[in-house]
Amino acid sequence: MQLTEKQKEYWSKNLRITAILLFIWFVATYVVGYYARDLSFNFFGWPFAFYMAAQGSLIIYVVIIWFYARYMNNLDVEYGVAEGEED
Amino acid sequence: MATPAKGTGGFFGGSQSAFNSQLKKVYTFYTGGFLIFIVALAILEQMGLPRNWIGYLFLLATIGLYAGIGVISRTSDAAEYYVAGRRVPALFNGMATGADWMSAASFIGMAGTLYLLGFNGLAFVLGWTGGYVLVALFLAPYLRKFGQFTIPDFLGARYGGNTPRFVGLLAAILCSFTYVVAQIYGVGLITTRLTGVQFELGIFLGLGGILVCSFLGGMRAVTWTQVAQYIILIVAYMIPVVWLSVKATGVPLPQFVYGKVLEKVTAREAELIKDPKEIQVRGIFKERADAARESLKDVPKAFADRKAALDAAVTKAEAENAPADVVTAAKAAVAAYPKDATAAKTAWTRDVASAGRANPPIRHAEAFPGKDDAARDISRRNFLALVFCLMVGTAALPHILMRYYTTPSVKSARQSVFWSLFFIFLLYFTAPALAVLAKYDVYSFLVGTDFSKLPQWVASWQKVDPSLLSIVDVNRDGIVQLAEIAIGGDIIVLATPEIAGLPYVVSGLVAAGGLAAALSTADGLLLTIANALSHDFYYKMLDPNASTARRVSVSKALLLVVALAAAWVASQKPADILFLVSAAFSIAAAAFFPALVLGIFWRRANKWGATLGMLAGAGITIYYMATTQPWLRGVFGVTGSVASHTWWDISSISAGVWGVPLGFVVIIVVSLLTPAPDRETQELVEHVRYPNLPGDTMNTVQT
Repeated sequence: MQLTEKQKEYWSKNLRITAILLFIWFVATYVVGYYARDLSFNFFGWPFAFYMAAQGSLIIYVVIIWFYARYMNNLDVEYGVAEGEED
Repeated sequence: MATPAKGTGGFFGGSQSAFNSQLKKVYTFYTGGFLIFIVALAILEQMGLPRNWIGYLFLLATIGLYAGIGVISRTSDAAEYYVAGRRVPALFNGMATGADWMSAASFIGMAGTLYLLGFNGLAFVLGWTGGYVLVALFLAPYLRKFGQFTIPDFLGARYGGNTPRFVGLLAAILCSFTYVVAQIYGVGLITTRLTGVQFELGIFLGLGGILVCSFLGGMRAVTWTQVAQYIILIVAYMIPVVWLSVKATGVPLPQFVYGKVLEKVTAREAELIKDPKEIQVRGIFKERADAARESLKDVPKAFADRKAALDAAVTKAEAENAPADVVTAAKAAVAAYPKDATAAKTAWTRDVASAGRANPPIRHAEAFPGKDDAARDISRRNFLALVFCLMVGTAALPHILMRYYTTPSVKSARQSVFWSLFFIFLLYFTAPALAVLAKYDVYSFLVGTDFSKLPQWVASWQKVDPSLLSIVDVNRDGIVQLAEIAIGGDIIVLATPEIAGLPYVVSGLVAAGGLAAALSTADGLLLTIANALSHDFYYKMLDPNASTARRVSVSKALLLVVALAAAWVASQKPADILFLVSAAFSIAAAAFFPALVLGIFWRRANKWGATLGMLAGAGITIYYMATTQPWLRGVFGVTGSVASHTWWDISSISAGVWGVPLGFVVIIVVSLLTPAPDRETQELVEHVRYPNLPGDTMNTVQT
């Protein structure tokens, strides 16, 4: 089966958003984690790095997943690859 | 669509949206009923209901409830049994995944780990949540589109043939079994605490609760039970923490205000590190450990020498007509001395092991503590490596990935990952708050208390299990010093209700929550193992003509066998149970993640690449653990120092950090050296990438 240009574009858009979100995930986890000792300024009582590891990064993860689900579900409709109404 | 099993009436019938709204109604009533049950028990407690009765009632009510759901959801239909009929709405699948995911380790152990390790413990919080980003971006929607029954199913279809499937099922069993043993162990522990029955009996009681559910209704029963269990465990976790927060800060939202409490804890740490009495107690522990280490070099001689010295002290005191208390103290020292050389060896080994108590308290908020830059670097490296292994492991554990086969569509699979992480997040962003609040309570109220006025909970927990809590007046000044408190991590969650001064019914609730966490995870894991054996091994490899009914019966029979085997292993109380859990993550990460992700994102990945990649990844992970983990070193008879086997000072818990990259490299290199997969496989890749591809005639969904 041959994919159309439009279908290929859907996949490359998917790859692009995946890469962007993965980059945010990486920064929130590993870059903040690596510089944790330097990021100890006071953030509402918490040292910033402590706040991030205990709460801030977690919130970012939840938002990443929420955004991805919304973005992709819209993209499915836009590119005509959405499933029939099941739910 | 399969017909509902006999006796379930219209509940499982009807359209998806009617089903959804009916579920919401049922679980709202259920939550209300559960809260009324707690209030009723609280009133009964005030009227004088004995404590162990409250324990029994909680145990009976919750296990009875799970069994009831199991009976209602019983089925012998394959799609219902393996994937709950693929009609679990995103929100409910999220709750079920939350319960499936959060084990006894998360519920009971996590806050304690954070209490003991401070910042470095946050690796678990980060790792066990951030992994869901990988699930969402790389796996869940594609696996749902593929839509079969197990994870080895995907490996078998994508990489063609039984070799990758077989390697996959071995890895699935290896990591799930080590994990399930830890859960059943936790079930036994909690049942014992809750009711006072024997540990072995507790294991089999809990096992009954697991089996009646998964045995009768497979994934369908497990799913609806897990939703019920999630509600219990989140209520049980929140009530005591909120109360403790009101007590410490006056605000019922601990997660948002504990920053201020952390500041107070940090200030208190600075005082305690410099406090002369604390330094004195730490000095005593250091002397003891040094003396014990010296004595252990020649036990019989040291035993005789030290006994003679004590006897001489008594004789001397009596001869010199020393004051009465000096003589009494000298005699008490003789009486406390070990009876024989063997007992002395045990006591001295314990003294050496507690040498850590000579160290000043850790600074809770300090990242990567260490004596110099090199030590801090190693600490940071291990922190990041552990986060990596836990994240990738999360995105590779078959019992979690399997849950995304149960949603009605790709769209709802994506939403379901969001709900999963949201429900997990609720507990995980509370645990660090609980650790800080508990630490504040201990540092500012317990430390400095007169030994004659210790709170009630200290005495009762010291009696239950001295390894969880023991406070001894080491320097005999009658006041509690921080260094005199030995605390086990598990007590933080279990004793919080008592620390907060809540009635016993809340303690019962917390134990029931811990039980729910352990049982739900055990359910999911047992099902994964039984399905790998019955579906992948028996049906796909041995007897492809087996009828549906026969496959489900085989699966049920295997479930019993696996459950009994796991219970037997757990009742042997294997050492290093926590290590087994983290080993499961590293093995799953190395074996599955590269093969699954490349299978979806790289068309060129082929059978030999995947097979060898899985073997190499899991192999190097197991090798690294076997050479650097003390218990496994004993099992495999590894010689030479641990340091000579570690690479880059990475500790054994993060062994997957070597396995995952190697897995990727081997799959890529071997795939490029061998022929590309056939046309049909390449079409399968296109098929899973698009939720619905016009013109695509392939249908991989199994019913």
